[in-house]
Amino acid sequence: MTLLPKSRKARRRLAMVALAAPILGAAVGLTLYAMRNTVSLFYSPAEAHAAHVRPGLTFQLGGLVAQGSVVKRPDGTVDFVIMDRAARDSVVYHGDLPDLFREGQGVVTKGAYRPDGVFEASEVLAKHDEKYMPREVTKALKASGEWRGDEQQAARAAAAGS
Amino acid sequence: MTAELGSFALILALVLSLAQACLSITGRIRGSAALTGAGEGAAAGAFLAVACAFTALMIAFVTSDFSVVNVAENSHTAKPLLYKIAGVWGNHDGSMVLWCLALTGFGAVIALGGDGLPTRLKANAVASQGVLGAMFLAYTVFASNPLLRVLHPPVEGASLNPILQDPFLAIHPPFLYSGYVGMSVVYSLAIAALIEGRIDAAWARWVRPWALASWSLLTIGITLGSFWAYYELGWGGWWAWDPVENASFMPWLAATALLHSAVVTEKRGALSAWTVFLALMAFTFSMLGAFLVRSGVLMSVHAFAVNPQRGMLLLGILGVAAGSGFGLFAWRAPSLPGGGLFAPISRETALVINNLFISAAAVTVLLGTLYPLIREALTSDMASFGGPYYTLTFVPLMAMVLLILPIGPLLAWKRADLYGALQRLWVAALLAMAAGALVLLINQPHKALAAFGVALGAWLIAGTLAELADRAHVGKAGPGEAMRRLGRLPRGAWGMTLAHIGMGVFVMGAAFETAWRVEASKVMGLGDHLTLGVYQLSLDSVGPFEGPNFAAERGMVTVTKDGQTVCVGQPARRFYPVQRQTLSKVAICPPGISDIYIVLGERRDDSGRPTWLVRAYWNRWSRLIFFGPLLMALGGVVSLSDRRLRFGLPQRATKPAVAPEPAE
Repeated sequence: MTLLPKSRKARRRLAMVALAAPILGAAVGLTLYAMRNTVSLFYSPAEAHAAHVRPGLTFQLGGLVAQGSVVKRPDGTVDFVIMDRAARDSVVYHGDLPDLFREGQGVVTKGAYRPDGVFEASEVLAKHDEKYMPREVTKALKASGEWRGDEQQAARAAAAGS
Repeated sequence: MTAELGSFALILALVLSLAQACLSITGRIRGSAALTGAGEGAAAGAFLAVACAFTALMIAFVTSDFSVVNVAENSHTAKPLLYKIAGVWGNHDGSMVLWCLALTGFGAVIALGGDGLPTRLKANAVASQGVLGAMFLAYTVFASNPLLRVLHPPVEGASLNPILQDPFLAIHPPFLYSGYVGMSVVYSLAIAALIEGRIDAAWARWVRPWALASWSLLTIGITLGSFWAYYELGWGGWWAWDPVENASFMPWLAATALLHSAVVTEKRGALSAWTVFLALMAFTFSMLGAFLVRSGVLMSVHAFAVNPQRGMLLLGILGVAAGSGFGLFAWRAPSLPGGGLFAPISRETALVINNLFISAAAVTVLLGTLYPLIREALTSDMASFGGPYYTLTFVPLMAMVLLILPIGPLLAWKRADLYGALQRLWVAALLAMAAGALVLLINQPHKALAAFGVALGAWLIAGTLAELADRAHVGKAGPGEAMRRLGRLPRGAWGMTLAHIGMGVFVMGAAFETAWRVEASKVMGLGDHLTLGVYQLSLDSVGPFEGPNFAAERGMVTVTKDGQTVCVGQPARRFYPVQRQTLSKVAICPPGISDIYIVLGERRDDSGRPTWLVRAYWNRWSRLIFFGPLLMALGGVVSLSDRRLRFGLPQRATKPAVAPEPAE
């Protein structure tokens, strides 16, 4: 008991700190652990090739859906190509595509490379605003020089729509 | 003409809000009742002016006046009336007017209705509300005025995004915005009290109804939004930890913590600085949400079209409001009185633990949401967090707080008997463990964590009921006496009971649905069957169907179990010609508290025979996920009715004294 502070107020403060420290410590520990293990990286095809992403590692692959590349098979599988200016990746996806998925538009998929280099998507994300262009894709395209400016983009979206 | 009147009314509202702020501040400094009264009048005037502008915008939408840019971009003559009205807040500019309407509306309510408040505190609060109103109105008038005219009006409008044409989305923003903006009153009261340097039990009692009302509205708003995402986006889930979802969830967490810490401040005069901090935090999170949704810095399913310039302006407003609030807090908080003392085992401590866990959980959500921005700024590569991050951080922290939840209400203030409280909960604990074990044994595959979740939910419900039974002296007195005691319980106690049971219902549903959802998909022709858990789905027919502004292909899917027809689902694919956009409409069949959720995919041809990819989910106990939060909101409303009855009335002698009791 002698180690405890004499004043009631100081004791209360000590009790509060003793209470808060393990809770906040646990929160920080959990967060750091989760950050190391659950982060999901985003690459465009060129970036993914440059980073030598190993097969089986889950990440988000985004870019433009190449014109004419979408093949819908009777068993429900869809093949398409995601491209930026420097590289292209074949993608296989089993399932229904989101309503906003279109050829020539931006797309974000989540999945991993198979050993044969084909990207097997487990999710095709419908992360779009009404311009059909996910922000990550916009940035990746700007970085690779594929970006043609907002107005052209809008014109192309209108053309693709009509 | 109406649009010009509306624009004028918006500018008038801006000027009135500035007048409200200046008059109230001057009145407060000079102690002049005339000036503060004028400030209150200006607050009412600002609300009326925004209401005029809002009405003008609504008239423009309902009459399809395409000479107004906003209407031309977001409406269409063929759209049903409900969505013409919902179009007002289905876009960025219009939703800002709704935001301002709620903001000035709450300002007017404090100005005209806050008679119980001390005059100086009230003048400060009205002034703070005026400053907030002026900032958001200035933003609306100068950067996002929805009432601007276009030079050459188009013959037809571009219509509202089909995804947004849904009754739940039509009513969800008004609830959500009232909840967000209701926090502004809490913020203003905190600012006002910090200026006066007095945070006491009485202040906590004024804040609580506002916090309760905003919390209830926010709860309803988030639930409606989640339900919309559940059945409109066709992905079978109800929460994706999307930035926009998190943006609405963080103020809710802050408000939940605030409700609990305000109880301590009200009853015991303690934790006053912390309560003020949470009051400031709740509205800061609301504004952060507005910024995240509108600036497009984070990509989301629900984002408005991106405009970085507007984002910077909103960030500026956020910086000014939060910066001045927390600056004032840092200056004044050290001088706030400490309040009543309490022993390590007491209800105060239980509520402190509750607050620590909820705040820590809110911070993990904040970090997860902002992490992509931080990482991009530091390393320029892009990354984000999905569900697994939150499962590892948020879920265990909240599980801890829920685990101790039933114990808290059984502890006495100041010094409590933990052993006695646990003794009264052993039946509840047994029931919860039995429920968990039963769920674990019955369901394949066995999932221990999910069974723990169900047990946790059962523990909340049973524990809360045990506390109610304890209050009513069930078992000790006769049933008549118990009923009489239950009838005499204050509404606030009923509100708490409902809210805690609602939480339990939600936790059970969320744990069960997430773990034992059954999913199946198959390319189906007419007459084909699909097995979904214990159910058999057969695609009977697919036919055309005409809506008011869309054409659709609608399937008839019969759901059978052991040869008995359970229900017939009608999933559809709608085609909206104006936007040239296809939209799936899921069918939800109800066997009890679970949903059978059917999505009709695109038509494909399999060697001449038409086929459709049909996806189906058996979302077990999913109804509980939406029913629980509604119960929580109902609890908030019931508790609020209690507050209102007691507002300004002298305390009853049986109630504990309001003033902090002197230290033992």
